[in-house]
Amino acid sequence: MDYFDRFAVPHSSPMIVGSQIAIAVTVLAILVGVTYFKKWGYLWREWFTTVDHKRIGIMYILAALLMLFRGGADALLMRAQTAIPDNGLLDGQHYNEIFTTHGVVMILFMAMPFIIGLMNIVTPLQIGARDVAFPRLNAVSFWLFFWGAMLFNISFVVGGSPDAGWTAYFPLASVEFSESVGMNYYAIAIQIAGIGTLMTGINFIVTILKMRAPGMTLMKMPMFTWSILITNLIIVFAFPVLTVALALMTMDRMFGTNFFTMANGGSDMLWANLFWIWGHPEVYIVILPAFGIYSEIISTFARRNLYGYKSMVVSMVAISVLSFVVWAHHFFTMGHGAMVNGIFSVTTMAIAVPTGIKIFNWLFTLWRGKIEFTVPMLYSLAFIPIFTIGGVTGVMLAMASADYQYHNTMFLVAHFHYVLIPGTVFSVLAGFTYWWPKIFNFQLSERIGKWAFWFIVVGFNVTFFPMFITGLDGQARRMYTYSESTGYGPLNMLSFVGALGLLLGFAFLVYNIYWSTRYAPRNVSSDPWNARSLEWATHSPVPEYNFAIVPEVDSSQAFWDSKNNGPALFKGKYKEIHMPNNSGVPFILGIIFFVWGFAMVFSMWIFAIIATLGIFACMAHRSFEKDHGHHITVEEIEETEKKLRGANA
Amino acid sequence: MKMKWALLTIIFSIATVLTGCDNPLAVLDPKGPVAANQANVIMISIWTMLIIVLVVVILYAIMLFKYRASKSSDDYVPPHVEGSHVLEAIWTIIPILIVIFLSVVSVRSTYEVEATPKGYEDQEPLIIYAASSNWKWHFSYPEEDIETVNYLFIPTNRPIEFKLYSYGPISSFWIPQLGGQKYAMSDMVNTLHLLADTPGDYMGRNANFSGSGFAEHTFNVKALPEEEYTKWVDEIHGTAKKLTESEFDELLEPGHVGQYTFNGTHLDFKPAPEHNHGASGQGESKHSEHEDSKDEAETEHQH
Repeated sequence: MDYFDRFAVPHSSPMIVGSQIAIAVTVLAILVGVTYFKKWGYLWREWFTTVDHKRIGIMYILAALLMLFRGGADALLMRAQTAIPDNGLLDGQHYNEIFTTHGVVMILFMAMPFIIGLMNIVTPLQIGARDVAFPRLNAVSFWLFFWGAMLFNISFVVGGSPDAGWTAYFPLASVEFSESVGMNYYAIAIQIAGIGTLMTGINFIVTILKMRAPGMTLMKMPMFTWSILITNLIIVFAFPVLTVALALMTMDRMFGTNFFTMANGGSDMLWANLFWIWGHPEVYIVILPAFGIYSEIISTFARRNLYGYKSMVVSMVAISVLSFVVWAHHFFTMGHGAMVNGIFSVTTMAIAVPTGIKIFNWLFTLWRGKIEFTVPMLYSLAFIPIFTIGGVTGVMLAMASADYQYHNTMFLVAHFHYVLIPGTVFSVLAGFTYWWPKIFNFQLSERIGKWAFWFIVVGFNVTFFPMFITGLDGQARRMYTYSESTGYGPLNMLSFVGALGLLLGFAFLVYNIYWSTRYAPRNVSSDPWNARSLEWATHSPVPEYNFAIVPEVDSSQAFWDSKNNGPALFKGKYKEIHMPNNSGVPFILGIIFFVWGFAMVFSMWIFAIIATLGIFACMAHRSFEKDHGHHITVEEIEETEKKLRGANA
Repeated sequence: MKMKWALLTIIFSIATVLTGCDNPLAVLDPKGPVAANQANVIMISIWTMLIIVLVVVILYAIMLFKYRASKSSDDYVPPHVEGSHVLEAIWTIIPILIVIFLSVVSVRSTYEVEATPKGYEDQEPLIIYAASSNWKWHFSYPEEDIETVNYLFIPTNRPIEFKLYSYGPISSFWIPQLGGQKYAMSDMVNTLHLLADTPGDYMGRNANFSGSGFAEHTFNVKALPEEEYTKWVDEIHGTAKKLTESEFDELLEPGHVGQYTFNGTHLDFKPAPEHNHGASGQGESKHSEHEDSKDEAETEHQH
């Protein structure tokens, strides 16, 4: 029995027991359901083994939506706990676990996969490619992310959640101060998902640099593709830092090294530096694709080309460079002295310049346009003023001496939600709605979508604006409770009310998916929004090979030009198409990584060694495997095209 | 259009709340020159930023109002416009000028708050060691040879140098009405300059998350005129018992305790970490008697 004690949750509560039961029941229901409806074969053939970028993208987004609700439940619990002074809904330990997992889940397992999902679906289509450069590697990326995320999520019910904040500052995150396996989960699960992300980075850089349609020079790429290229460059430069930091953390926690500990020359400041050298670029990894999505949508629904294309590109490159030289602003208060703080203060404020350029370019894309207020456009329009507030408060935080007062307060919490929610969350909701018909060949209901939009936008502001004020009144972040005499009560209650509004908004979103799947009219055109870039030039749903004939391009909005008496996109005749084969190995590799991670978390070395051998076996298998892919014949293409043309008539 | 009005309402309500006098926010209600300096920077930045937000919101409102599809004729075709070098230059150069202005404000203020407040340079600063442990604050007054736990008495109108360090996780020493925070860490001593120019009781706390007892990791601050402060010190010399090493070790155990007062400080038997950062002068060599050659090498290394 002793052996199994380690899997118990150290701070169990009725809520956790309830979740344990609920999770067990859900898993069982899924297994039984799939077996009953005889869907295992379908799932295996069409999804688990797929190397198709579109299907991988869909799975990314599905996982991200699940994580959005997991992280959202955490958020609601936090707002409920702090809604009234001296509340007893959660105890301190439980609250600490919840805000830690909220941060990790939302950034790494919601924002990142949602962005990566959209980039998977859209980027190859936008550049006129048939898949990504390394389709098999792409599947490995997804399954590593997925099983990493699953490993992180079971911490809640097996062994205990991480509790040292998503920043995991040492020495708090060391074994000395965080004894449960929670922080092991953090170190291992993020590591597994992070390796997947790094591979995505390499994959998409190569895809965009090498696989663009003939005629699409770099300066003729759509803005979303540009943002994805820059994002993946940042990933490739930033993620190795995280990999190393997490490896050192793992060794500190499991093998008694002293990189970040209090004794024997370890330095807690080293962790903070490494974390934010990755962590700040990470913020831009989730925000730059958002800029790309907004550029596409605003230009589509203003019915105008994007204003200042060149300065949009230059400003994005500038942001990516600056993102690597500002990390110390996350700890101005660590005592590096006035000079270092002064330098980082100036570099941080400098980011406001390229970001401002982008805001004005979007505003002038609306100028002399013909604006249509569709749901994707509403999110994009709401983004502009709200993100501006997030941005200017960022400049305020960049002023080092004033930051001594904002640091660690609700003001900071308000600021980063004001950039991340209108930035990343609105953008993925906009992109999700915008590209939905490309994937499923029907549109989400505009009416229900608008209900969701208004609840989310208003709920968001009601939740987070009060935090600017309580922060200036001295409310520190991450406090599980406060006394009535502080006077923080009413504004925190207001935040909770706003959070309920957000909940309703997301409920409308889910209902919209359900309603539209059942009742929305099918067979909308392959270009329902009258859009401008190449992904709309092919059929909906997109055939396996994306384009029957590779398009030829001579502007950043080639499809728009071809619709308006420009040169034709598709010239020539059908030729045989070479496509990659499906493979179950990435999925199996993901499961082995999960087992390896679980064994590592609980220091079960024999299992860890066996799993490590399994990982190497998968890699060896790939090295010796002869897989030349398959060919789609001209007849098959003709048949598919005829069928799809009928569908989109 | 609902958006615009909602935003304007929000902006004006925050401006009213921030400048309102009856119930000012702690950070904007400074009781000393350091906090006043920071409140000043905050207000300068808020007004500057408000101008930027207004420019964006006005432009935004005009665009949405004038160029919506429902207001234009069906056959209107929006023109193709690449951009404008003049306009793009304007919204590059003006932000650069704003950033330069704010950089000057920021850097100057940062140097000011990292030194003895202006006008008080001729006074010998009072040095107080503030050590954090889970979840308590230990205040040592080496000059007076007394130590308190979880509360702080300070004289008004005298510069104070807090020497911050920690016996556990990183904590952040913060008295919002006297000035911004700074980290207390286990491997180095940080110096924080504060000064109270108004007698009164202030809230102090650890602002950096440090585990399950974090929310209650607070202390009280009382600022007294010099003569009352001296009286308080004398009283402690007469009444409080001596701090012993075993008693101090007991206090270091994780948990919450009430307020304590002692004669003597823990610095006598458990000196602060050697690496001393940002001190205004001699601080570096204070504990030289405890340094062996290894520590010295480490100290050198960190510079």
